[in-house]
Amino acid sequence: MAFSLPSLPYDYAALEPHVDATTMNIHHTKHHQTYVNNLNAALDKFPELKSVGIVDLNKAVNTDKIPADIKTVVRNNGGGHYNHSFFWKIMTNPSNTNGPMGDLKAAIEADFGSVDEMKTKFNAAAAGRFGSGWAWLGVDEAGKLHIESTPNQDNPLMSHLPDTKPLFPVLGLDVWEHAYYLKYQNRRPEYIAAFWNVVNWEQAAENFKAGKEHKVLLDGAPAPKM
Amino acid sequence: MIFARAAAAARESGLAPAMTRAFTSVKLPDLPYHPGALEPYISGAIMELHHGKHHAAYVANFNKAMEQQLEAEHKNDVAKIIALQSAIKFNGGGHVNHDIFWTNLIPHKDYEPPSGELKTLIEAQWKSLDNFQSVFSAQTAAVQGSGWGWLGYNKASGKLEIQTLSNQDPLSVTGLVPLLGIDVWEHAYYLQYKNVRPDYLKAIWNVVNWKNVGERLEAAKK
Repeated sequence: MAFSLPSLPYDYAALEPHVDATTMNIHHTKHHQTYVNNLNAALDKFPELKSVGIVDLNKAVNTDKIPADIKTVVRNNGGGHYNHSFFWKIMTNPSNTNGPMGDLKAAIEADFGSVDEMKTKFNAAAAGRFGSGWAWLGVDEAGKLHIESTPNQDNPLMSHLPDTKPLFPVLGLDVWEHAYYLKYQNRRPEYIAAFWNVVNWEQAAENFKAGKEHKVLLDGAPAPKM
Repeated sequence: MIFARAAAAARESGLAPAMTRAFTSVKLPDLPYHPGALEPYISGAIMELHHGKHHAAYVANFNKAMEQQLEAEHKNDVAKIIALQSAIKFNGGGHVNHDIFWTNLIPHKDYEPPSGELKTLIEAQWKSLDNFQSVFSAQTAAVQGSGWGWLGYNKASGKLEIQTLSNQDPLSVTGLVPLLGIDVWEHAYYLQYKNVRPDYLKAIWNVVNWKNVGERLEAAKK
């Protein structure tokens, strides 16, 4: 079964004024769609991989589970498909955001000192990622929260990449220029600051809960094992 | 502009003049044309931001990193020197690349196709300018994330080569001499072309300054 573009959980204009409707539209219907199309085209050559599932595909990046022929395409487009599917869900209409609560809040305070200190570290990782990439808040196998940034469409699921710390993603922010250029141009730090207005903390809490159980959510269900 | 502080610090610490080093900061060059002069192929809005914000930031950040490196050298803080290397590479590369880029472009009304030695080498390798542009565009469109497409001169073989690089890695890391660079960071085209990088790559050939590319080739052959 081929991968497909998931629907957004909200209208293109729902994240205004923090992320503009035109960007959401192009980001979803053009950029994310292209990752899906490219991934499907690559897997047409190795159809047995189509049933692996996007999470396990990402986990298999840089292993011999992925044929050499398509390893770069899968890393870039399988990464892109997971990352953007994750990203749409981690954002929500600004009126719905309340800040972290419960277990996630406690963990943030334990591991960073405070929510503000976590945000400062996250913002630095996002602003400091040179070129294209993502910033992540994730939980490691031992249940501790970490912040890291990854280049291009890499993500913390790709545990076999030498420079990536493996994490179960809790929060992620796209800092490719296409994610913010129409509204913010070169002012990436402004976009990063605005992101906190649209974070879906309920989804983040669910991601954290699943991560502590060593599971990765997609479409609200734990990913099937490879 | 020599950093007088470095010299003063050296004198104060009693170091011999031979052990000090000054750093000459880099400067943002002026655009050789009006920001709007490359329309309709590259918008004035893009040129203003690209030059006045992006390139300006590489210049400022490179100078800052080099200044910090100088301070770290005086303190013998090797860990700090090492920590500064990626900022020096990113921003130094950004400056070098864009410094070349502005000269590689020219308003369409002044466009001239390649001539002389450059034309000969392009045709020897790629049969025609059209074919060269197709091949270059295809390779450059395929750059993942941010990067550049380059036409470079190989001094050893005397041949031209197409090479793509990530982020702001300068062509010099490959040993090739840069002749023509095309920026495919999204900031180079997004306001006008959105996600359609291939359209930008088709359009930009209308404003390539082949005379400048030829001059760079001549200089490389000396």
